[in-house]
Amino acid sequence: MLQEESDLSLIIAQIVQKLKGSNLYSQLERQAWASLQRPEIKLESLKEDIKEFFKISGWEKKLQNAVYSELSVFPLPSHPAAPPEHLKEPLVYMRKAQGSWEKRILKSLNSMCTELSIPLARKRPVGEQKELLNKWNEMGTDEPDLSLFRPVYAPKDFLEVLINLRNPNYENGDSLSFRTHLGLIQVPLKVKDIPELKECFVELGLNIGQLGIDDSTQVPPELFENEHVRIGQKVLSEQDSAAAQQYIRQGSPTALRAELWALILNISSQPEDVLYYEQLKTNVIQHDLLVDSLIYKDVKLTASNDDYYFVFEDYLYQVLLCFSRDTSVLSHFAFNSASPPKSYIRGKLGLEEYAVFYPPNGVIPFHGFSMYVAPLCFLYHEPSKLYQIFREMYVRFFFRLHSISSHPSGIVSLCLLFETLLQTYLPQLFYHLREIGAQPLRISFKWMVRAFSGYLATDQLLLLWDRILGYNSLEILAVLAAAVFAFRAVNLMEVTSLAAAEAVLADLSTLKVMPLLQIFLFATVT
Amino acid sequence: MSRPKMTSLYPEKTQRIYKLPELIIQQGHQIQEPKLQGPWIVKGKRARAESIDPVQDHPHEHTHGRPSPQARMGGSEGDTRSSDNQKDDIPVENYVAQRYIENPYLIGGRKFDLRVYVLVMSYIPLQAWLYRDGFARFSNTRFTLNSIDDQYVHLTNVAVQKTSPDYHPKKGCKWMLQRFRQYLASKHGPEAVETLFRDIDNIFVKSLQSVQKVIISDKHCFELYGYDILIDQDLKPWLLEVNASPSLTASSQEDYELKTCLLEDTLHVVDMEARLTGREKRVGGFDLMWNDGPVSREEGAPDLSGMGNFVTNTHLGCVNDRKKQLRELFCSLQVQKKASS
Repeated sequence: MLQEESDLSLIIAQIVQKLKGSNLYSQLERQAWASLQRPEIKLESLKEDIKEFFKISGWEKKLQNAVYSELSVFPLPSHPAAPPEHLKEPLVYMRKAQGSWEKRILKSLNSMCTELSIPLARKRPVGEQKELLNKWNEMGTDEPDLSLFRPVYAPKDFLEVLINLRNPNYENGDSLSFRTHLGLIQVPLKVKDIPELKECFVELGLNIGQLGIDDSTQVPPELFENEHVRIGQKVLSEQDSAAAQQYIRQGSPTALRAELWALILNISSQPEDVLYYEQLKTNVIQHDLLVDSLIYKDVKLTASNDDYYFVFEDYLYQVLLCFSRDTSVLSHFAFNSASPPKSYIRGKLGLEEYAVFYPPNGVIPFHGFSMYVAPLCFLYHEPSKLYQIFREMYVRFFFRLHSISSHPSGIVSLCLLFETLLQTYLPQLFYHLREIGAQPLRISFKWMVRAFSGYLATDQLLLLWDRILGYNSLEILAVLAAAVFAFRAVNLMEVTSLAAAEAVLADLSTLKVMPLLQIFLFATVT
Repeated sequence: MSRPKMTSLYPEKTQRIYKLPELIIQQGHQIQEPKLQGPWIVKGKRARAESIDPVQDHPHEHTHGRPSPQARMGGSEGDTRSSDNQKDDIPVENYVAQRYIENPYLIGGRKFDLRVYVLVMSYIPLQAWLYRDGFARFSNTRFTLNSIDDQYVHLTNVAVQKTSPDYHPKKGCKWMLQRFRQYLASKHGPEAVETLFRDIDNIFVKSLQSVQKVIISDKHCFELYGYDILIDQDLKPWLLEVNASPSLTASSQEDYELKTCLLEDTLHVVDMEARLTGREKRVGGFDLMWNDGPVSREEGAPDLSGMGNFVTNTHLGCVNDRKKQLRELFCSLQVQKKASS
């Protein structure tokens, strides 16, 4: 009891510390001062009256949402004496692996830089700045020569690193047994099995209404859909983040989704936020970074060639170029096992005073990075709001998909969860695929790294991302990947090569996500 | 020189359309009327808009001497002075000039139009079917009124886009109507989208009714039309044109599936095998929209009193589970046949 209490007070102290520096704090202060004019505030019961005023005017709700947001994002401190690296990643071997992976990426970036003799960053001449400002809304029409650029890395390179990950303290023993893990990932992390997943994803159960299943044309809307929409509108009018997160576990109606996601991520477009975005835009116009070309190349290779997202090409540039200049993203490295790469001002290599983070936000884009933004363009059309939503989604979820960590939502755990589910519940399929040299993870890895963006139909993808937000975890990606394999198991048992297996699983655009998840979790005989 | 003939059909649904003999355009006839101010788009009578020239601002800017390149229409490139004997050499083609819509709805900064398919089985009485699927065709370049000379910006037909230097065949620049409908619903809410699609239904019916009396009607004929519809910023649909022979070549796999299913269902409705009873309201992806009167989604007689919850039997951009529906339809028809024989 005492331990819990002291933990709680530690958490409270930390959150108060964080919120003190935020905009909300100064707003609340202003509101409190202004409320002194009101007749119902009496000097004798000042504290209670102001609290009452906050409750009625909705400011308490805003504070609640901010606290909830902090709780969702920041990991709870484990031990007061734990050093900061432990917050990033508690396991030493994982930290080491991440460190050497980062060195490799940086080396690749630097060598591209020297090969093409392009500086990592340069100031744009005034004429070029004017031109870019004019073309800001249609950067997609620009066709710079990008043939010499190559993406810094692709998901399959990252997969190779994960496959070679080993815990030096773990000795498996040479004898093979039924416990031997047949998959590619060979690290002993704890992952959930189906009974635990059923408990975790209880709202996806068979007897609970879902959008994505119970809103299909055959089901009369009075049974579930109408009521669900009505509750959604109520949640929005109450402006309660926690309630919205609980609500969205059953899916979000199309018309309410944009607002619900903004509420859950605690994004409200204040004038300061718009100003901040404009400032980032100015940074883009004034300086040109090498990563800009990488971003251009990535968008042209992936989103522009996609049947549905090609329309949003211009928005992608506007978001990603500003994202790479945003130094506020650096704060998420406190709980990300990755560290932002450093670069040195020319001629001052090694001198810490002349070190800067490169790119300014510390995130080097890889092949397919722009697909994290593309589905959001469906929901948000105003660039600064779109930008804020993407940034929040990145620092809450997406960063875990390309950094090596032991976090249950980290990509390593997701891969292990996927393989374990497949081996435990579809052993014949797993064994067959392994025999023909088609390890299932080689096919499903790219789905998970991109959070299925670009592989599923957009409406299905948005339903999936609803659940990611609702459960504040990415585990559902691994479950879906296993469910897809289960669904196509019959065809997969007949293939005899990796290429044929890939062909069976090449097109996921006709899949309906929620029925697959429901059947895999709740209707498969275990 | 005779005044241009004006044929305007249902002005609130279509822009003002004028039929102008080519000669007038070649001479850049001075048109003073204020109603004719603003940018115009002129189309020749070839079927698939392979050459459409948007004309800048007021037609009367191109009056004196030689007509400007935009106004020239093809035909003979010789001397454009009009004289009686030269009139005979210049072939008179009819062109249609439509007022240009300056505030189209843009997605991702691009202009687009909708291609929808309507099957007419007979004109007298009017029987029309609407196909649930269709697509939105995007222009590859960003929309701005400044670049009116750039024909690639304005013209969204794939036939024209294919020649644009920006065009990559893999892109396809098409969205299926379901995707478009979902996008609009998430942006404007389902009610606004319902209203828009109801207005689009009106376009089909009114346009067919307006030619009902003049078109050749034969009970043994059917015609599949491709309707081109443009949406403006106020979510109001405008009819651009009706193509009697819509292109059936596919630009992508999705497109191929749509068009083959469209053709299959067309033949199902035509019913050469005489399997249908004639009382069906839906065959595959086609919904019966008009059968000598509006067709209601509900069972029973249509509510013609003007009040009540009359909802037309159209499902544009909705789920198209045609295979399932066809299977059920033909199964039940077989059962009926067996029962009656």
